[in-house]
Amino acid sequence: MGFFILFFLFIGGAIDYLYFDAFTRVGPAFPVATIFSLGMATLMTLTAYYGGSGIILSSVGAEKPDMQIPEHRELRNIVTEMALASGSAMPQLYVIYDPAPNAFATGTNEKNSTICVTTGLLTLLDREETQGVIAHEMSHIRNEDVLLMTLVSILVGGIAILADWGQRGFYSSRSGRRLGSKSPLLFIPLLLLIALSPLFAQILAMAVSRQREYLADATAAQYTRNPGGLARALEKIRDAGMAFQKATRGTAHLFFVNPLRRRLDDQDGGLANLLTTHPPINRRIMLLYQMAGIPQSVVQGPKVQTFK
Amino acid sequence: MIFVIWAIVFVLGIWIISTYNTLTALRLRVQNAWRQIDVQLKRRYDLIPNLVETVKGYMQYEQDTLQKVIDARSKAMAATGVKESAEAQAALTQSLGKVFALMENYPELKASKNVLDLQEELTTTENQIAFARQYYNDLVTQYNTKQQVFPSNMLAGFFKFQPSEFFSVPEAETAVPKVNLTLTR
Repeated sequence: MGFFILFFLFIGGAIDYLYFDAFTRVGPAFPVATIFSLGMATLMTLTAYYGGSGIILSSVGAEKPDMQIPEHRELRNIVTEMALASGSAMPQLYVIYDPAPNAFATGTNEKNSTICVTTGLLTLLDREETQGVIAHEMSHIRNEDVLLMTLVSILVGGIAILADWGQRGFYSSRSGRRLGSKSPLLFIPLLLLIALSPLFAQILAMAVSRQREYLADATAAQYTRNPGGLARALEKIRDAGMAFQKATRGTAHLFFVNPLRRRLDDQDGGLANLLTTHPPINRRIMLLYQMAGIPQSVVQGPKVQTFK
Repeated sequence: MIFVIWAIVFVLGIWIISTYNTLTALRLRVQNAWRQIDVQLKRRYDLIPNLVETVKGYMQYEQDTLQKVIDARSKAMAATGVKESAEAQAALTQSLGKVFALMENYPELKASKNVLDLQEELTTTENQIAFARQYYNDLVTQYNTKQQVFPSNMLAGFFKFQPSEFFSVPEAETAVPKVNLTLTR
């Protein structure tokens, strides 16, 4: 995370240096572009953040649970249990009528948070396994991951804005003498870096997201004192192998398991370690079984089914 | 020189205030967590008569066991003092576990929607009691650790913060309830 902020400051500084002559005697006293892009990105993200929960919930078709249905009552009971175990307030509860087993948590803080579960998850999993999933979502709320991911998207947005300016500024000022006065040895690598920076920012954001998933799994095990429940839930969801149709690339990182289910998501190493929002599901299962004290050799599951 | 002394006094003052506030906040959270357990226990008292009423008709041969649950409930409600009430609660948990285990023998019980609903309610109450206690113990660990580690232990001693007591599970509760299936009378 700290590295992320440094990266942002570096790109901002490079733009300021190249186009506004900042850090030299003739330029402005402070880095204009850095501050301005950060302000713009903050404004954009905060709008999404405060109006966000409602928009996300309606975009995936979430509804209030129906307390006449035994499964929904059981879900409410499990959420109450996990709220007690984590010592936080009871979150709002929503269900999505969809056969794909998945869940997510949103909300600005502990007192104003939401947990949303698909009905497919409720039918697929037994009580202990559902408890594991809810504990995982509760951990995201307690660890303030929603806040963290908001901060990350501010930085990603800010870098995108900077890179955009950088590219346009390059074409419009080529004839001018602004760049000419600086050493090409310095500005050519800087320009390249600015052009590639949105890609780097995405990769960094996904790395942060994956780390938080591991952390939420570990915290869930601490709440339930039962890592086996969550591990079995992940196994069942992996074997069900259904994609959640209503998720988009923008909301994918919120979910319990990656709802898009690309082939890449189940692989370990190489590109998969750079370009996915969630850690490989088999690795999560293995780590949970290790917490439960069951040797790794026992848990080599069946060959993973993948879906396009 | 005088500036350095003022700076030290200032930093020390900030540290004292923040440590004192952390300890006080933890103490309040511990007390609140303890009350949470009571709320769950109360819920269990309310649910038990319902359960007994519902299953009484089916479980003709287990009147003894059911009576034990009723007795354990009234004993737990009347108990005073931490140790006595912990023991009474443990006995109640055990007798309830016995009823649940015996219910497996009655297929017609499993078919009744009412009974299933009640069973879910009681299961979640049992879980909630367990999780509330677990959270209470987690908080007590935090609170006691803060009081004993350096340097906050100096302040805890000066302001007379007392370590809180853990909720320890009595022996009887950790044992799996034994079910006698021979039905000898």
